[in-house]
Amino acid sequence: MEPRTLFDKIWDAHTVKSVEDGPDVLYIDRHYIHEVTSPQAFLGLRQRSIGVFRPEKTTAVADHNIPTTDQHLPIRDAVSRAQVEALADNCRVAGIEYFGIGHHNNGIVHVTGPELGKTLPGMTIVCGDSHTSTHGAFGTIAFGIGTSEVEMVLATQCILQARPGRMRITVNGELSKGVTSKDLILYIISSVSTSGAAGYFVEYAGEAIKSLSMEARMTICNMSIEMGARGGLIAPDEITADYLSRIPSFNRNPEAVSLTENWLSLRTDPGAVFDRELEFDASSVPPMITWGTNPGMGMAVDGKIPEADQPGPGGNDSFLKALEYMDFKPGMKLLGYPVDYVFLGSCTNGRIEDLRAFASMVEGRQKAPGVTVLIVPGSQQVARQAEEEGLTEIFKRAGFAMRQPGCSSCLAMNDDKIPPGKYAVSTSNRNFEGRQGPGARTILAGPLAAATAAVTGRITDPRKLIRVCD
Amino acid sequence: MNRRKFTILESTCVPLPLENVDTDQIIPARFLSATSREEFGKNLFRDWRYDKNGNEIKDFVLNRPEYGGSILVAGSNFGCGSSREHAVWAIADYGFRAVVSDSFADIFRNNALNNGLLPVEIPTGMLSDLTEQIGANPGIIVKIDLERQIITADETGMSVPFAINSFRKQCLLSGLDNISFLVNMRSRIIEYEKSRGGPG
Ligand code: SF4
Repeated sequence: MEPRTLFDKIWDAHTVKSVEDGPDVLYIDRHYIHEVTSPQAFLGLRQRSIGVFRPEKTTAVADHNIPTTDQHLPIRDAVSRAQVEALADNCRVAGIEYFGIGHHNNGIVHVTGPELGKTLPGMTIVCGDSHTSTHGAFGTIAFGIGTSEVEMVLATQCILQARPGRMRITVNGELSKGVTSKDLILYIISSVSTSGAAGYFVEYAGEAIKSLSMEARMTICNMSIEMGARGGLIAPDEITADYLSRIPSFNRNPEAVSLTENWLSLRTDPGAVFDRELEFDASSVPPMITWGTNPGMGMAVDGKIPEADQPGPGGNDSFLKALEYMDFKPGMKLLGYPVDYVFLGSCTNGRIEDLRAFASMVEGRQKAPGVTVLIVPGSQQVARQAEEEGLTEIFKRAGFAMRQPGCSSCLAMNDDKIPPGKYAVSTSNRNFEGRQGPGARTILAGPLAAATAAVTGRITDPRKLIRVCD
Repeated sequence: MNRRKFTILESTCVPLPLENVDTDQIIPARFLSATSREEFGKNLFRDWRYDKNGNEIKDFVLNRPEYGGSILVAGSNFGCGSSREHAVWAIADYGFRAVVSDSFADIFRNNALNNGLLPVEIPTGMLSDLTEQIGANPGIIVKIDLERQIITADETGMSVPFAINSFRKQCLLSGLDNISFLVNMRSRIIEYEKSRGGPG
C-alpha cells in the first residue's frame, strides 16, 4: 500500500461517504460545545423538529462569556446569563453532559477536554471554536467549525468537509533557555504569515516537537489556525501515553493498555508525501512578541518592527493601519516599552505548566506598580492544582491574585476588558483590533515574557531575568 | 429546509481592500451573546463603522453614500480568525449576497456557503483592478453568474471564471441546505457506526 500520512489515516477511517466533486461526509467522534456558538444550532434542530442524534458524544461547558470573579453568584449581565441558561437547558433536554459555571470540571473547552480524557488519539474532534486545533496535540484531527456545522453534528454526528492539503512542519534542534513553545509557534507564524497555511492541515514533527510536554504541544497546535491552517496534529508517543495514563477516567478503562499500544503505532508512514514541507531550527527561536494586529506580525522581544510591508492589494495599508492602531512606528524597538496590563490565561497558555512558568519568574519578585495583572486558570482543575503546588501562594506573595477559570480577557466578552488605548502583554492567541476590548492594544507573548512584564512593567527579555538554577 | 436560491446576482459593489480582515472586526465579540440568528447586520464592522460614542465614522466605506450594493469586494485572507458564523450572519443580514476576494479563510468560506452567501475567488491582479475601478467609478455593475461560474463587469471589460465544487453549487442553485442533505443520510451513518462496532 502507498505510504500514507497520519492525517489521511484518520480522515479515511472517518469518511462515511465521499460526495462526488464535493466535500466528504466525515464522522465525528467527539463534539465539544459552548454557550456562544451553539444556541442557534439547537434552535435549528427545533425548527426541523429533530433531536440530537448521539448526545453521548457531545460535551458542553460554559466558558466564553462567564465572569472570572464571584462565580457562585448569578451572572450579572442579563444577555450573557440568558445564553448560559440556554446552553444548560438545551443540554438537559438533549441529554448532553454539561459542566456549568462553578462545576469542578468546568473550564475553557480546550483545556477541560484533554484533562478529562475525552480527547484521545485517532479521534475526529470538532467544536464551534477555531482553537479546536488544540486537541491535535494528541494525534487527532480536530478543527473549528461554524454554527451550521454544529447543527450538522448534533443532527447526524457528521459534517460535510473538503479534505485539506497536507503540510508538514519539522522543527529540529532544541529550544534555548527562556524560550517556550509559544515563542516557537509565534516564530513559525511570523515566518509563514497569518494566511500562510490556508487550505492545509499541518503535521508538526521533528526532535524539538517530540521533546515537548503535552501542554506545550497543545500550545503549538492551538495556534495552527493563526497561520490559516485548518488544524495541526502531532503523532502520539510515550509522552502522550504518559499524560493519558495519569487521567483517572482513562485508567479505569479496561482497554487502556491495548488502546495505548494501538496509538503508539499511529503515525505517518516513511515516504508519505506532503503537499508542502517546511523546516525550522529550534535553537534560532528567540522569545517572541507581536507588534501588530494579527499573530503573524511578530518579532524577537529585542527585535525591531519592520520598516515596511511588501506591497500587495491592501498590503502596506494593512501594515500602516496596524501600526496606527498600536501607536507604534516602523522600525521601532519595543524592549523597555511600558505596558499597562498583563494577561496570563486562555486555551493557549492557561494550563498548569504555564502557571508554573509564570510563577518561576515572579517568585521572590514583586508586581510592578501601575500594572494590572489578570491570572486566569484555564480550568477548575488547573486552579486546584495551582493551589496544591503552592503557585497560588507564590502569586499572592508577589502581589498577584488568581481569578476563576474562563476565557476571560482572551476575547473580553465578560468584564475582563482592557481599556481603550492601553497595552496588554497577553498569553492568548489573538492581537486583533479590539479583541481584548474596544481600542485595546494587545502584545502576544509566552508565559515567561508575560511574567517579566508583570514584575518590571515593561517589555523585558525573559532571558535576562531567568534564574540560572531553573 | 430550503434557503433563498442563488442564481444570478447583478449589483454595485462595496470595496474594502484590506488584508486579513478577521471575524472579530466583522462582528466584535461583545455582540455575540444573542441566541438567534437575526439582526447581526446592524453591528457589522461595528468598531470601524461607529466611534465610541456611536457616531458614524464618515470615511468608513459602509458610511460613504457613493458606495452600496450586495457585493462586498474584500482583500486577501478575508474572514480569518474566530470561527463565529455570526460574521456571515452579519454580512448577509446587512444585505450582502456575495463576497469577492483573492482568498478566504477556510472556516469563513464554509460558513458562507452554509448560509447562501457566495464567496467568489478571483486572481489577485483582477481583484486589485476591480477594487481600483470601483474606487474610480462606484456605479460599476458587477454580475455574478453562478450557473456559468463567471463574474463580469461590462464597464471594465472584466470577465473571469471562478471555481466552486459542484455539490456546493447545486445546493446554492437549488436552495437545498446541507443539513437536510445529511439528515437524509442518517441510515447510512448508522451503517457506518455498525461497521466500526457500534455508535460507542
Ligand atoms: S480562551 Fe480564547 S481562544 Fe480559547 S476558546 Fe476561549 S475565547 Fe476562544
